[in-house]
Amino acid sequence: MGAKRNSAALDRKKMFGDPILVGTIVILLIFLVLFIVYPLFVLLIDSFYTEGKLTLDVFKKVLSMQRFRTAFSNTVVLGLLTGILSTAIGLLFAYVDVYVKVRTKWVERLFNVVAQLPVVSPPFVLSLSTIMLFGRSGIITRSLLHIYDSNVYGLKGIVTVQTLTFFPVCYMMLKGLLKNIDPSLEEAARDIGASRMKVFLTVTLPLMLPGIGNAFLVTFIESVADFANPMLIGGDYDTLATTIYLQVTGSYDSTGAAAMSVVLLSLTMILFFIQKYYLDRKTAATLTGKASRGRMLIEDKSVTAPLTVLCSLVAIFVIVMYIMIPFGALFKLWGRDYTLTFKWFDYLFKYSGLKAFKDSFLLSIIASPITALLSMIISYLVVKRRFKSKGFIEFVSMLAMAVPGTVLGIGFIRGYANGLFKSGLLQGIYGTAAILIIVFIVRSLPVGTRSGISALQQIDKSIEESAYDLGANSLKVFTSVTLPLIKDSFLSGLVTSFVRSITAISAIILLVTPQFLLITCQINEFAEKGYYGVACAYATILILIVYASVLIMNLVIKFFGTSRKMKAQ
Amino acid sequence: MLKESKGIRIEHVSKIYQDPKTGKDFKAVNDANIVIEPGKFVTLLGPSGCGKTTTLRMIAGFESPDEGEIYLGDEAINALTPNKRDTAMVFQSYALFPHYNVFDNVAYGLKLRKMDKDEIYKKVMDILDLVELSGMESRMTNQLSGGQQQRVALARALVVEPSVLLFDEPLSNLDAKLRVSMRTEIRRIQQRVGITAVYVTHDQSEAMALSDQIIIMNQGVVAQIGTPEEIYYHPQTQFVADFIGEANFLKGVLTQKNGDKGVLEVLGNKIEVENVENVGQDKECIMVMRPESVQISDAGQLPCTVQMSCFMGSYQEYHVNVGNQNVKITDFNPKHKKIYAEGEQAFIKFNPCDIHILEA
Repeated sequence: MGAKRNSAALDRKKMFGDPILVGTIVILLIFLVLFIVYPLFVLLIDSFYTEGKLTLDVFKKVLSMQRFRTAFSNTVVLGLLTGILSTAIGLLFAYVDVYVKVRTKWVERLFNVVAQLPVVSPPFVLSLSTIMLFGRSGIITRSLLHIYDSNVYGLKGIVTVQTLTFFPVCYMMLKGLLKNIDPSLEEAARDIGASRMKVFLTVTLPLMLPGIGNAFLVTFIESVADFANPMLIGGDYDTLATTIYLQVTGSYDSTGAAAMSVVLLSLTMILFFIQKYYLDRKTAATLTGKASRGRMLIEDKSVTAPLTVLCSLVAIFVIVMYIMIPFGALFKLWGRDYTLTFKWFDYLFKYSGLKAFKDSFLLSIIASPITALLSMIISYLVVKRRFKSKGFIEFVSMLAMAVPGTVLGIGFIRGYANGLFKSGLLQGIYGTAAILIIVFIVRSLPVGTRSGISALQQIDKSIEESAYDLGANSLKVFTSVTLPLIKDSFLSGLVTSFVRSITAISAIILLVTPQFLLITCQINEFAEKGYYGVACAYATILILIVYASVLIMNLVIKFFGTSRKMKAQ
Repeated sequence: MLKESKGIRIEHVSKIYQDPKTGKDFKAVNDANIVIEPGKFVTLLGPSGCGKTTTLRMIAGFESPDEGEIYLGDEAINALTPNKRDTAMVFQSYALFPHYNVFDNVAYGLKLRKMDKDEIYKKVMDILDLVELSGMESRMTNQLSGGQQQRVALARALVVEPSVLLFDEPLSNLDAKLRVSMRTEIRRIQQRVGITAVYVTHDQSEAMALSDQIIIMNQGVVAQIGTPEEIYYHPQTQFVADFIGEANFLKGVLTQKNGDKGVLEVLGNKIEVENVENVGQDKECIMVMRPESVQISDAGQLPCTVQMSCFMGSYQEYHVNVGNQNVKITDFNPKHKKIYAEGEQAFIKFNPCDIHILEA
């Protein structure tokens, strides 16, 4: 195999002729190892290695805790329920969107709004409004139905809220798949004599099955990793994510929390691998080609009417829940006194509200360009270059997707509170803005990378090769060709990571120190205390910020995006 | 162009890939030895998967050879990255930068060379004039036809004045008519500039029309190097004969040999043949007959039975059987000739110098 090594050696030599490329890869590797691999690795050490030897003691201790066992089964039950319900509702929406002729613009817009909601939705917004609608002082339960002991907390509350939060994601995933089914397959079945129901059950559904499994697992992971909603509306229904948090903040037992984190991490990782390496491929295998032509939409009123009405009702319900938030901030005392007032906003700005917005905004605005650029660089390297550590880089940046925020938070605490491997090295970043920004970056990186990769895969490899061939080095190729061509993806990555950062809570709540006030933590704090008015005021402004940034992004892409310039005639 | 163009030497170059399915190694290019003279137009021709594109990409630097060395002029270039090599490539998909207009596309390489603005302008305009795209400089590339895009790609490669111009199946995305006119254009420009060109294609008529020299590759191995005429009239292997143009193959034994003349025994018929220097006496050999270089006639060297006779317009196509072997004959301008019908007995007639003999 001496010959084989020859080309590898030449490739390496060529790569080192390009110091910028090598430097970038090295910096990336350091970043990924330090801030994704290392924190998770530390958790493993923590839970298997005490006083200098390998042991299962920590695990035994954790496993014997009733609290942990309840939390574990709670988490699995919650994941299953939310996964099934979200996928079912998502499938319904996708089917209606792709197959049914919707007569009114109005319904189409409803669908659009629903599809966009998860992008702009801060965590626990739906929890807040569920409490305000159906809680003890709920507008529906108390004021309309006169039920005074309504209890929304617990499993049913979390499942409802999570389902409503996550089903739009399933909807978008499944919609993409349904669009790729060649209509002639179904027409062939209809033609042979199958009824519409029969076609759905024997053709459409089997084709969709891997995709449905995919959507289910994605939601399952999201649900299991979700911290904010169980925290707020879970009541005494503790999940792993909240138990880990309480283990650290309540019992000050961070080794125990580390062991629990390993369990939670294993759970999400297993699901993630099934999803990514098994179902993803299967989906690609069954649904290969693009639809050859348009689909005959179902016009039969007996089918369209009930489906459209059902979807519209769900959509309206979700939208109403969002509308609740600003009202919650504007009423004097929810459930008792519905006079309009600005007192909650006044309160907010009087007591450190401004600082919270400033801190959140500043940290997010610093994190987002770094994230966007990093994810574009990673996508470029993964899609367009060949080098040894490429597989590792791709794997780790995708891995971050499967790491629940709480787990990452514990990892950072264990890994950095006393410096790297408790050596004091890098201890300086603990408790600073830097570590918060890093967490923001790590949390948004997978999303940006995924969108960058899919954008780059659309671009013919030879476009970059020709720039390279004409004399450009890697940096020049990236800045003059790659980046301009994926500008849209970069811009949306910029905003997505900003939005994700400013609405982040799960990892950040474990790491934030009193010197920083973050909006999400404030919402959590006030909602916990029952000050729904202030929580809603914060949430309202947060939604406005997020919505405004998405609007600005769309405008910028519209006027400065690549696609516009390239399409210009 | 003022710059001197350089030749290329490929010495014992191999490229090993791993079959993704079986995990086994195979040689995409196997011990290739090629010398390309400066200023020549050379085509790498072969069926898909023969290693021609890999060879081209090794010259450009996108792939690294596993064995051997590639020289540009006298310089060994194995370790140079594509951007440091004095080559420029025209890609199959044109690979124009969609976010630049025609001018900026062509100027890209010049800007990288930190050239003066006025000079860039002049050079770009000159080259656009050469490829007959004057007046198009502010168009976006998607506003151009396929042929125009091809010209931009060519201009962009030419303008940096490389020592060698590389073409990776540049015409395969064009329709048939445009392909013919563009290849004349490419040849014209190459001649005018006097640049060394290496051209990859699987289209033999393209190779014939363009090249000073054709390199036929098969399964990673260089099968033959020669001028188009040499390749067509004197193929060295059955593969080359079969790949270039159409050919009939009849097996025989060289029973007599006298200098370059001899007698070949084919299916019981003794035939006088020429050009047999390379075949030993009493050796099995293969007689190569081009369908257009033999005729069907009432008298000739090989008796045959007509299996199929079909009027094709400019020629009459016959499939005849000699013994149990099938031979195709195309008889051009058949209007006033005798037409043989299916089932008729006839003879294949040919001039011994039109027949090529290969050792089996």
